Amino acid sequence: MAQIRVENLRKQFGDFAAVEDSTFTVLDGEFLALLGPSGCGKTTTLRMIAGLELPTSGKILLDGEDVTFNRASARDIAFVFQLFALYPHMNVRKNIGFPLLSQGVPKAEIKKRVEETARLLQISHILDRSVSGLAGGDRQRVALGRAIVRRPKCFLMDEPLGTLDAEFREVMVHELRELHNRIHATTVYVTHDQHEAMAMADKIAVMNHGVIEQYGTPQEIYARPASMYVADFIGSPPMNFLRFKSGLENGATTVELGNVPVRVPQVYAAHEPGELALGVRPEHVRFSDAAPLRGAVYGSEYLGTNQIVSVETAQGLVKARVPANRNFTIGENVGLELNSDKLSLFDCGSGKAIPSSLYVEVNHG
Amino acid sequence: MSSATSAHSVVEPSARTKRIAGIIVVLYAVITMVPLAWIFMTSFKSPPDSISYPPKVVFTPTLEGYCNLFTTRTRQTPEYIQSLGPPQSICDEITRGRNMVIAGPSNYWPRFTNSMVIAFGSTFLAVFLGTLAAYGFSRFRVPLADDLLFFILSTRMMPPIAVAIPIYLMYRELGLSDTALGMILLYTAVNISLAVWLLKGFIDEIPREYEEAAMIDGYTRLQAFRKVVLPQATTGIAATAIFCLIFAWNEYAFAVLLTSGSAQTAPPFIPTIIGEGGMDWPAVAAGTTIFLVPILVFTILLRNQLLRGITFGAVRK
Repeated sequence: MAQIRVENLRKQFGDFAAVEDSTFTVLDGEFLALLGPSGCGKTTTLRMIAGLELPTSGKILLDGEDVTFNRASARDIAFVFQLFALYPHMNVRKNIGFPLLSQGVPKAEIKKRVEETARLLQISHILDRSVSGLAGGDRQRVALGRAIVRRPKCFLMDEPLGTLDAEFREVMVHELRELHNRIHATTVYVTHDQHEAMAMADKIAVMNHGVIEQYGTPQEIYARPASMYVADFIGSPPMNFLRFKSGLENGATTVELGNVPVRVPQVYAAHEPGELALGVRPEHVRFSDAAPLRGAVYGSEYLGTNQIVSVETAQGLVKARVPANRNFTIGENVGLELNSDKLSLFDCGSGKAIPSSLYVEVNHG
Repeated sequence: MSSATSAHSVVEPSARTKRIAGIIVVLYAVITMVPLAWIFMTSFKSPPDSISYPPKVVFTPTLEGYCNLFTTRTRQTPEYIQSLGPPQSICDEITRGRNMVIAGPSNYWPRFTNSMVIAFGSTFLAVFLGTLAAYGFSRFRVPLADDLLFFILSTRMMPPIAVAIPIYLMYRELGLSDTALGMILLYTAVNISLAVWLLKGFIDEIPREYEEAAMIDGYTRLQAFRKVVLPQATTGIAATAIFCLIFAWNEYAFAVLLTSGSAQTAPPFIPTIIGEGGMDWPAVAAGTTIFLVPILVFTILLRNQLLRGITFGAVRK
C-alpha cells in the first residue's frame, strides 16, 4: 500500500480547465472521497492519478516516486469503473485473474489467488459463470475482485455504486467500508453522493469547478464548512443561510440580524461592512416562543422520528429539524433559537467562511 | 400468448400481421431463388434440353455440363473413337457419345483459384487495415479526423469503374496488369472505405473502459487491443469481411479490363465458355453453380454476424 501525493495538478481541455491546481495527500491506508457535482473535475483527477489522462501541469507521487507521466500499466494501481468494465468475453474467474496474467504469475498461483479473492468477496459460487448474466451487486464484487487480486499500491474507484439501485447501494456501502477495514488499502473514491462519502471516507475533498473547496474529515466538513458551496452541498436539507448586511470587528461575539442580536462563536478577523450570511444547520434550530428571532411557518415535511419545518424569516427561509411530536399550522408565528456554538459566518461576496473560534483549523485545500 | 384472449399489444405484432409478413417473406424468397434454382437445374441438363422451348422442368440429369466445364475437347471420327480403349471416366463416356475426346483440362480451376486468392487476399487486407484505421479513428484524437473519414468515404462516391482507364494505364506502367497482386491491391483499395466506416461504427460501440481497464491491469495498448477489443469486435469484423468478400468475389468490370491470362478471375472466364463450340449453357450454368459455393459457405458460417451487420446501429446490446 502506498501514499498518494497530488501537487498543483491541473488539467486543461482546450479552453476549459477541468481541474485547477489541486494539491492533496492521501495517507497510507486512508480512504479519500472526492465529492462534487458532475463536471466538477473529480473523475478527471482520478483518471490522472490512474494514468488514463495526462495532466497539463503538476505532479503525482506514489510513495514519493514521481509517476506523473508513467503509463497506466506501470503504476500498479487498480481502478474500479462506474460501469465495472468486466470483460464480456471472459467468465468471472478469467476476469479476476486477468491482471495477474499480465504479470506472468504462474497458473497455479493465479488459481489460488483468484479463489482467495472470491472467498473474501463471497463470490466463490459464481466463479465459472459468464459475467453477462450477473446481477448488479455481483458485477460490483467481481470488479472489486479484479482490483484487489493483485494487491496493488492503491485503489481508485469511479462512482462504483452509481448504477446500483438505492436499496442495494446501502448494502454495498457497508461492504466496501468493511473491505477497506480488512485490507487497509489506500483508496480514492469518486462520488457525487454525499451519503456515500460521509459513510465511507476517512477524508473528503469537496470539489467544485475544478477546485478543491475543502479537504478534511467528514466531521470537519459537516461542522465547519469552509465555504457556502460546501455548506450547501453537504447535509440534507443543507445548511440554512440567514443573509444580512453588516461589518464585523475582530473579537465580535454577536451579529445583528435585522435588529435581533444573535450570539455567534468569537470572530477572529475584522470584516469590512458587506453582505454576510449566518450559516446554521437545521438541527441547530429550536422553536422557542420567547425567542426574538421571529418567522412564519411556511411548511413541514414529516420524516418519521423528526420533521423538517420551513420558516419564512426576514433574512430568508430557515429549515429546522425538530421532533415530530409537535404540529405546526401554516402561517403560525414562531420564535427561533439558534445554537450559538455551532454557527458559521460567511462572506457572501467570496463565499468563504469567516474565521471564528468554531474554525480553529480549517483546511482550505 | 394467444391473440384471441389477450389484449392487443402495441409493440408485438398480431398473429395475423405475422402470418402476412411470413407469406411475403416466403414469396420474396421464392422469387429470388428462382434464377438460382434455374441455373442449378440447367447445369444438370443436356445442351438440347437447356435450350428447348417450352423450357423443361422435368429432364434426365446429366453431368455433361460439368464435364464440359472442366475439360477441353476435340472432335474425332467415330472410327477413331471406337479404336480407343474403354472410357477412363464418366466424362470420357459422355464426351465420346458426342463424337469427341477429352484433350485436356480447361482453365476453370486455375481461374477459380485466382478468384479465391484475390477475393480472400483482398478481404483479409481490407479488414486488417480497416480494423486498425477504424480503431485509430475511434480512440485517438486524429487531426482532421472528420475530413479524413469523409475523404475515405468519398472514394466510394462514384462507381469504381469510372476510374478504370487511369487505373488501366497506371497498372500497365507499373507492371501490375494481369497479376494477382494488382487485383488484390485494387479490391483492397475499393473495399477499405467500407471496411473503415463499418468497423469504426462497431468499435465506437465498444466502451473505452474495457481497454482502460486492461491497461490498468498491466497491459500495453496493443495488448489491450488484441485481448479485449478484438474479441468484442469479431461480430463487426465478420460482417465487414462478408461485405468485402462479396464485392471482391463478384467483381466483373475491373477483372475483364485488367486480367486476361494468368491472373484472370472466374467472373470474366465463365462467359468465355459460351464461345467454345456453340452455346454451351449447361457448362456456363455449372461454372456459375460452383462459383456460388464458396460465398454460400462463408455466408452460412457467418450468418449471425451478417445479420447483426445489416441491422447494425438499430439494435443496442
